[in-house]
Order: sequence, then C-alpha cells, then structure tokens
Amino acid sequence: MRCGFCLPACPTFRETGLEPESPRGRIALMKAVADGIMEPDKAFAEQMNHCLGCRACEPACPADVKYGQLLEQARDAIEDHADHSLPAKGVRRLFFKDVLPHRSRLKWLGRSLSFYQKSGLRQVARGTGIMKLFPPAMREMERILPEASGKGVVDRIGTVVPAKGEPIARVALFRGCIMDVLFSETNVRTAELLAEAGFEVVIPDNQVCCGALHAHSGELDQARGLARSNLDAFRDAGIRHIVSNAGGCGAQLAEYGHLMHGDEEYAELAVEFASRVVDVSQLLLGSGRLPAFTEQSGGVRVTYQDSCHLRNGMRSSGAPRQLIRQVAGASFVEMKEADRCCGSAGIYNVTQPEMAGQILEHKMEHANATEAAYLLTSNPGCLLQMKLGVQKHGDPAAMKVMHVVDFLHERMGEPASLSAAGKQG
Amino acid sequence: MLDPAMARRLRDIVGEKHFKDDPEAKVAHSYDGTPMLQSLPDGVVYPDSTAQVSEIMKVLAEYRVPVVSRGSGSNLCGGTVPVQGGIVMVMHRMNRLLEVDMDNLTATVQPGMITAAFTEHIESLGLFYPPDPSSMKISTIGGNISECSGGLRGLKYGTTKDYVLGLEAVLANGEILRTGGKLMKDVAGYDLTKLLVGSEGTLAIITEATLKLVPPPAGKKTMLAMYKDLYGAARTVSRIIENKIIPATLEILDNPTIRVVDDFARLGLPRDMEAILLIEQDGDPEAVERDMEAIRLICEAEKADRVEVAQTREEAEKLVAARRSAFTALARLRPTTILEDATVPRSRIADMVLRIREIADKYGVSIATFGHAGDGNLHPTATTDARDAEEVHRVEQAFAEIFEAAIELGGTITGEHGVGVVKAPFLEWKVGASGIAVMKGIKDAFDPHHLLNPGKMFAGETRKRVVIDRG
Ligand SMILES: Cc1cc2nc3c(=O)[nH]c(=O)nc-3n(C[C@H](O)[C@H](O)[C@H](O)COP(=O)(O)OP(=O)(O)OC[C@H]3O[C@@H](n4cnc5c(N)ncnc54)[C@H](O)[C@@H]3O)c2cc1C
Ligand code: SF4
Ligand code: SF4
Repeated sequence: MRCGFCLPACPTFRETGLEPESPRGRIALMKAVADGIMEPDKAFAEQMNHCLGCRACEPACPADVKYGQLLEQARDAIEDHADHSLPAKGVRRLFFKDVLPHRSRLKWLGRSLSFYQKSGLRQVARGTGIMKLFPPAMREMERILPEASGKGVVDRIGTVVPAKGEPIARVALFRGCIMDVLFSETNVRTAELLAEAGFEVVIPDNQVCCGALHAHSGELDQARGLARSNLDAFRDAGIRHIVSNAGGCGAQLAEYGHLMHGDEEYAELAVEFASRVVDVSQLLLGSGRLPAFTEQSGGVRVTYQDSCHLRNGMRSSGAPRQLIRQVAGASFVEMKEADRCCGSAGIYNVTQPEMAGQILEHKMEHANATEAAYLLTSNPGCLLQMKLGVQKHGDPAAMKVMHVVDFLHERMGEPASLSAAGKQG
Repeated sequence: MLDPAMARRLRDIVGEKHFKDDPEAKVAHSYDGTPMLQSLPDGVVYPDSTAQVSEIMKVLAEYRVPVVSRGSGSNLCGGTVPVQGGIVMVMHRMNRLLEVDMDNLTATVQPGMITAAFTEHIESLGLFYPPDPSSMKISTIGGNISECSGGLRGLKYGTTKDYVLGLEAVLANGEILRTGGKLMKDVAGYDLTKLLVGSEGTLAIITEATLKLVPPPAGKKTMLAMYKDLYGAARTVSRIIENKIIPATLEILDNPTIRVVDDFARLGLPRDMEAILLIEQDGDPEAVERDMEAIRLICEAEKADRVEVAQTREEAEKLVAARRSAFTALARLRPTTILEDATVPRSRIADMVLRIREIADKYGVSIATFGHAGDGNLHPTATTDARDAEEVHRVEQAFAEIFEAAIELGGTITGEHGVGVVKAPFLEWKVGASGIAVMKGIKDAFDPHHLLNPGKMFAGETRKRVVIDRG
C-alpha cells in the first residue's frame, strides 16, 4: 500500500520534500533491496540513517504498517555487512557493548563526567579550546549536559520504597542507563511520586539498559541479550507494572514481545512483560491517588513536547497533558506541532547534526510562540535537545526545560523524604 | 541508460542537486498509489520554474526521451509509473502561491503546491476552494488538475474542472501555452483549458493555474445515518436526490469499511451496522436546518436504525477525516488492496450496490464498498493477496464485470481516478471507437512523438467485453 498518508507526518520529508526522505520512499527502498532491485549500498545506509526513527508515520498510517519494525530489520541487515570506518567502530563498540550494558561502567562514566564537570577540568577544557577538536554537535551537547553523578537511584534510596498509605499495587521502576547517570534525581523523584500516589516501588538492581539504541542502530542481537537480562531481573510475580519515565526506554520495553518473538525460552515471558510496561504519567493518572499539585508562585504557563516513542510507540499523549492540567495555578498551552520530533532521536543529533539542527529550529519557533515558562518533556533525549534549543534559539532565563516528573514533584507539596527510608531489600 | 551528454544538459538547467539518476531516486519514483505496478525511470528532475520546464522539454524532445510529470504520486491508476522509463519530472519545488486576487476571486498557483496547504490558506482569507479529494493532504494542485479530481464535496460543488479558469503549460516541444484567464466567460476557440484538465500528463506539463474561488458557506451540519440493510442505505441516497435536496457531502460506507476505519480512527463507529451514510449540508444556517430535518425523515422512512447529528465541529471533522482514510484502512484486512472507481447516475446507486454484491459473490472474492454515493461514484475495493495469482485473476474478472454493469446502468469506468495504465484497456468501452480516434488525433496534435506520459490512457489493445485476463 503506497497511499502516501504518512508523508505529511514525517519530519524529514517535511524538511526536504523528497520522496526517498519519506516513509513511503524508505519502505520502497527497503523493499527494492529485499527484492534485489537495489544494492544495500552506502547511499541506502545513509538514507536509513537519515530517518529519525520517530515513528510519526505509524499512527498516520491507516493500513497499520509497522514502520518501526521494518526500519529495525533494515538497519540490522545493513549492520550485517557494514564496514564502519575505524573510529566510528570504536565509538559504537565503546557505547553499545562496553558501556551501556554495564552498570559499573556507567557509574564510572557518571563519576568521570561529574569529576570533569566539577573539578574545573570543564573550565580548562573550554578555556583551552580543546573542545574545538570535537564536532560542533558534540560541543553543543557538552554545554547542556546536566550535572552527572556516579550515584544512581539505588545508591540514593535503596531498592524498595514503601507506598504512602494503603498500597495500591507493587510496581517496579525501570531506571534506564543514561537516565540513571544524568538524571538520577529524576529517578528518585519518580519513585517518590509513585509512593506518594500509593504504589510500593521496587527497583531491581540487576536490571540493565533497555537496548533501544542497540535495536535502532541495527544491533538486534545485542538488544536481545539485554532484553533477556531484564526479563530475568523483573521476573518477580508480585510486580504489577514495570514503570518507565523515559519514553524511548518505555517503548523499547513495550516491544520486547516483538523483539523476542521466536525465542524458545523467552518469547512468552516477553509478551507478558511487555503488556505490563507503563509510562509513569499513565500509571499515576490511571490508578494512582494523586496529591493536590499546586503552583507555589502564582500562575505560570506550561507547554509540553511529546516524546515520539511515548506518543507513537506507546500511544500515550493524553496522560502527561492531563497531569499538567491538574496543577492548580498552572495553565497549559499546547504548542503547535508538539507531536513532531524535536530532532533528538537517540543519537541522531550527533550523527545527523544538519537535519537535527533544522528540525530543532522549527520546533523552537513553535515553543517560543507559546510564551511558556516551563517546557516539559518525558524523555531524557528530548529534554537535552529542548535545553539545547532554548539555549540556541530561545531565552533560557524565561523558559525552563524540565521532565514532567520533576515539575510535578516540585508541586506536590510536602515531599515524602525517602532517603530516610534507607536501603531496604 | 541516459545519454551522458543529455544528463549533463539537464544538470546544467536545474543545477547539480536537482537532477538525479542514482538507484535511490529511481526506486523512489518507480511507483505511485496504485498497487502491483512498478517500473524504474532512468532519471529524476526537479524543475523550479516554467522556464526550466521549457528548457528541459527542449532537451528531452531533441533526444526523444519520454517524461512523466509527477505531483505526489498519489494517483490510483498507475498515472505516474514510468512504464517506458525515461525521466520523471517532480513538480514539488514549483509550489508557490503566486497571487490571490480578492477583486476577481481567483488564485494563481504553481502546480506543486499541496492541495490542503492551498485550501487552508484560502480559507484563512475568508474564501473557499471546494475540490477536496481524500488525498488532499498529500496531493498537489497539478495532480488534481491533471486527474480532474473530485472529492467529498463534489456532489454540490462539482469537481476540479469547475474551478480551473486558466492554465500555463509547457508543450512537448518546450513551447509555452497559455489558456483562459481570470475570466468567467470565454468562448474564443476550442476550450483548451478544459481539455488539459484531466489529461493525465499526456498533453502538456502544467506549470501554473488560475483557479476560481467562492464565498464560504455560512453554516454546516454533519449527520450519520446507520442501517442494518445496505440496500436501504443506498436507496436513501437516491431518495434524497429525488426530493431535490443536494447535500454538500453524501458518502456511503459498508460494514467491512466501517470496521477498518474504526480500527484506525477509534471513533466508536457502529460496527454492527451494514452501512452508514455520512451526510453534510452547508449554506445558510436556516436552510441547513431545514434540509437536515428533511434528510432525517427520508433516512427514517428508509428504515435507518439510528440517525445522529455531530454535536461539535471537531466531531464532524473527525468523521470526515476517518472517511478519507477508508481506502488505506482496508489494507488492514488482506495484503493487497485493489480499489476501483465505477460511477453510475445517482438514481441507480442502489442497483449498483446490489450488482457489486452479486458479482463479488459470483466470483467468491471479498469486495468492500464505500464512496461518494451522492454523486454516483462508488469505490468497490477488493481485499486480496497479490501472491495468490488465481484469486487475483478472479478479482480482475469481477472488476471487469463491475465496469460492464456500471456502463449498462448508464455509468462510466472511472469517476475521478482517471484512466492511466489501469483503465486503459477499458476506455473504448466508454467512449467508443470514434471517441478513441478523436482522442488519439488530439494527442498527436499536442505531442507528435508521444513523449508525454507514454503508455497511459491509450492501451495497445482494448479489452474484449467478454472478460479475459487483464494483460
Ligand atoms: C488514499 C487516497 C485517496 C484518494 N482520494 C481521491 C478522491 O477522493 N478523489 C480523487 O479524485 N482522487 C483521489 N485519489 C487519487 C489521487 O490522490 C488524485 O488523483 C490526485 O489528484 C493526484 O495528485 P498527485 O499530486 O499525487 O498527482 P500524481 O499522482 O503525481 O499525478 C497524477 C497525474 O497527474 C499528472 N500530473 C501531475 N502533475 C502534473 C503537472 N504539473 N502537469 C501535467 N500533469 C501532471 C501525472 O502525470 C499523472 O498522470 C486518492 C488517492 C489516495 C491514495
Ligand atoms: S506506510 Fe501507510 S500511510 Fe505510508 S504509504 Fe504505506 S500505507 Fe500509506
Ligand atoms: S520514523 Fe519519523 S523520520 Fe523516519 S520515516 Fe517515519 S516519520 Fe519519517
């Protein structure tokens, strides 16, 4: 089916107007490769990499074409005969194999980054112009990285957080990998917010990276390996939900059923696991006992940028907005094209800086038009990208970029101090 | 393979970036919205102005290389599949709105502009451009003109041809032709404007169009009538027209269509109904009220199970948007979806619906039906599997018989999707041998070397009326 309904939804088609830069075009290219009409040459690989993987084409498609799955297969096939240039190979290896899957190395990364940021080394690096050696996209990113930490959520609050009041259910927190290095505070607040709403929260310490970056980059075998570890880590039958606070991770977890399809040992478990994955906003709104969120400083305007994977993968866009609307004293303003990718898309802003930059510029025109004091998101990648956007094309003094959870946490009144609960379990 | 010297000249005209002959560009322009058709071009060119189009055509004429002009490739008749190779000329860069003349109520626009972008802009100025093909979010004005597209409002407002006042077009030899203008009346010679509308890129390349605008209707109401009986729904359509009411929109969806559309749009449509009618009336609010009430009574007399009026503008728009997705949504059912476009006089719509059912049963194929019932334009759509050659063969037999039934009832083989490659073998059924001869004469006058969209409209051979395999 080649009706083209997906074309207007696609950010790269919108930027270029070129058929090969559209979902319909990319699917045709994939099919041509599968049919042997076309070689999976470098141009083909480049075109596949040009795709943000935002999957805005999926909800737009009346025929229910699963573009995301096609893309993963295509990238996997490219990976099979890719000869990456040496440095790229090194970086990929470093990240995909040597860092992301390993808790201890992530912590090390967090500590080094933190040391770099706090020790004055950052000032030295910036001062000497050593950062100029890095590509501009990386340099920009370096500036907006939040304070990293070697201490993850478990180090801070332990592995079990009791519910406030009568427990509604026992849920597990998926803490993520990068999320827990750069945003471990947000993880802590997620747990606190869930506890406040009546959930007992467990944080299995043997969980690993979700594998989204691997799967999207065509490293399907590695993604499956990670999935197996996570399926084992969350096997506990008493857990009703696996809660995610990062759209990208959540969508990946929700696709374990598809990823492990055909795996003798894990297929069934994966389907069952996937059905229990839920985004934090959805769970809070759907079955939590919500505290009365209030704005302390009077009225503020708030807007929200969808995480593509949350919206298009998990099909959740209403819950975060409804939560924001519940904050007394805050008024929600919808940004034009909030449903359109911000250009972050995993590591896209580093690998495709030009297209990502164009997309971000358009995004910020809409964000600025809302005149909101808070720009909220539900995914670490989008959060960083929007910070970058505000810095480059906006006014950082007038617009704060925050995770929805952090925003709500700040407004939930007396926060339950959980550090006191200590390390349990 | 293209002559390298010719490719060089094309690059010189449009710039290095806007001529492509790599595998990626070829594959991405080898298809359109039509299922089961694909053919690679030798190159793709993206002109930016009439002058460039003219220069390109001079080069192509010199080398006798065929050219397919292309909007968004959303047509459903194989109209932009380069069946004889050559060059695909993509009009997307020529997408400017050149002028809105508020005194004459006209707009002058380049062909690559997306239809929905055009109508949105026009509506923001307090004016109205009625043609609204379901593909309007992707289709281009140039594509609409070349296919003479109709839409949900065709019944009351007519189709694209009723809104094209003047054209600028480039002929096969590169010369520039101007027809019509901002005139409401013009009888100077043959009507070349109307001739180019619906000519499917076979006579000239349209590079600019002057379109008629009208004042927008003051009010609008949307209604859903639901039926346990498909025939009752179809009869309602004829009865509404008989009662001299012309709604703005009068669409029919049968049960399989209702289900798939609801799977996509999640509107909570009545999945147990055999058919629904989507009815809109616009105009003076009082007249709208009156018409809607009269329509409701007719629906009830024809045993509608339920009749509901959309409460908000949003709700109404969702219903209309859902209807526009019907064709693609049907692809959820089986791997291959083949949509046809038979049209009958409005009084025969119920007969036609029944005939389609009978024919589908006779050949043991599943055919869902929806369409612009109010203007007699139905889209019987087969859900099948291209890998099952035997079943596809039966589908083709069924469609040939459906076209035959349409002509028997005083109808035609296509109401809006055009002839292209798909209907070419059937064209003579409708226009007769003398019709074909005149059309071929016109083609020769415009395009003596048959460079413009060759292989379209005219088939090598006409299908015999006794059904055989579609070549
Ligand atoms: C889901 C769906 C729904 C649809 N609904 C409708 C509908 O309701 N009503 C309807 O009428 N059609 C409908 N169509 C068919 C199609 O969208 C229309 O025919 C549309 O007008 C094609 O526009 P396009 O820009 O995609 O043109 P294309 O498909 O690119 O081209 C169509 C034809 O026009 C020619 N052409 C394009 N540009 C030029 C130019 N500048 N000069 C000369 N020739 C040119 C091409 O050579 C080709 O023959 C639908 C299609 C789909 C996929
Ligand atoms: S992916 Fe879906 S929306 Fe896009 S062309 Fe195919 S069927 Fe149409
Ligand atoms: S995933 Fe996003 S960028 Fe890629 S084709 Fe779909 S809409 Fe376009």
